[in-house]
Amino acid sequence: MNVIRFMLHNRSQVLDLTLEHLWLVGWSTLMAALIGIPLGILIAHRTRLNKPVLAGANIIQTIPSLALFGFLLPVPWLGERVERLAILALTLYALLPIIRNTYDGIRGVDPAVVEAGRGMGLTESQLLFKVELPLAVSGILSGVRIAAVICVGLATIAAAIGAGGLGEFIFRGLAMVDNRVILAGAIPAAVLALLADFGVGWIEKRLRPR
Amino acid sequence: MIEFRNVSYKVNGVQVLSDLNLHVARGETLVLLGRSGSGKTTTLKLVNRLLSPSSGKILVHGTPQEEIDVIKLRRGIGYVIQEVGLFPHFNVAKNIGLLPKIEDWPEDRIRARVHEMLQLVGLPQDLAARYPHQLSGGQRQRVGVARALAADPAILLMDEPFGALDPLTRDDVQREFLLLQQRLQKTVVFVTHDLREALRLGSRIALMEAGKLVTILSPAEFLKSSDPWASAYVRAFGDGLESAANRGIS
Repeated sequence: MNVIRFMLHNRSQVLDLTLEHLWLVGWSTLMAALIGIPLGILIAHRTRLNKPVLAGANIIQTIPSLALFGFLLPVPWLGERVERLAILALTLYALLPIIRNTYDGIRGVDPAVVEAGRGMGLTESQLLFKVELPLAVSGILSGVRIAAVICVGLATIAAAIGAGGLGEFIFRGLAMVDNRVILAGAIPAAVLALLADFGVGWIEKRLRPR
Repeated sequence: MIEFRNVSYKVNGVQVLSDLNLHVARGETLVLLGRSGSGKTTTLKLVNRLLSPSSGKILVHGTPQEEIDVIKLRRGIGYVIQEVGLFPHFNVAKNIGLLPKIEDWPEDRIRARVHEMLQLVGLPQDLAARYPHQLSGGQRQRVGVARALAADPAILLMDEPFGALDPLTRDDVQREFLLLQQRLQKTVVFVTHDLREALRLGSRIALMEAGKLVTILSPAEFLKSSDPWASAYVRAFGDGLESAANRGIS
């Protein structure tokens, strides 16, 4: 109950940090989707590229987040505005699930359906937009969903480089050894993660064929 | 209508087809008969350029294939495969009407065409709103044929279209195919490994083995042929083949 009282007492700050957090997560998920979905489509068609691209995304995923934020800090244009840097780092982390799921989704389309489409004279872009993407949409969006949830979690680390977000409470709480403060960051983050999961799930349901 | 001139097809150093010469006349049903790996499906896919020959020439309507835009070529050729390949996210009407729609037919003409096609393949109109997974195997195959015919192509390619059906349904769709062919007079290339089906449906049978064309015979000639491959086929399928050849639509 102490936590609730603390959060209510600091509600404007909780709200600000939550919005900041949402801002970081929203941009990075959006950018990762804008890069990852076309990349996933590309490697599903040019299979020679799939190993290097997926390997690259895998490697990024293995870099500890704190280290990645640290690595990027001295980079000229990025280091100037830490939010930029945080969004870039989060985008990089969000890429793997999006690329992977897009790739799997497109590859998972029944080859007979694609062959029938090609055989009846659909152009490659008609095949992509009328057949492959609609059939892969739920796979692709489940990738976006995972990416959004990962970003909500990782964005708390962005506070370590001063990019704001709910991580501020968590780091402050850790420093003060005060669970109330830690939870004031962790609880809204958990709620955001659930909302992100639910939100993209809702979009998925709307877009799924039938 | 369709002509193969010294066509060979190689993939990864493996000779799949060698030196194929073939002529399909307007309005006939040429059956490509052979076992798995004999090159019959490859031959079919060369016609609509899902594959391109390594050497030789293929003429469609008397024009060398490479001079025709590949999309235009394919839109003039109906294509039916064993797995049917109906679009699972489209209902029956949208499946059948897809090509007309892409070709920018007006909406009411598409609707009339879908109606006509369903009638043609003997399906009730209320099937139009169903999705492929709600159909039986025979219905799906009929929709596949209706879709292939929707844009009124002069040529129809069929790759073991009835192979996955139960014997009774297969008998039905074979009979329907013959009736349809009597009316429409399409130029059909039909792939099968079933001699009975070949005898019943084909105006001529092209027997293939190991990437080569062995012989082309009419069903009646096929049964009497002294060609070792042809007679091996006849022996393997045993008795009652004459009735298959004579049965036709009955």
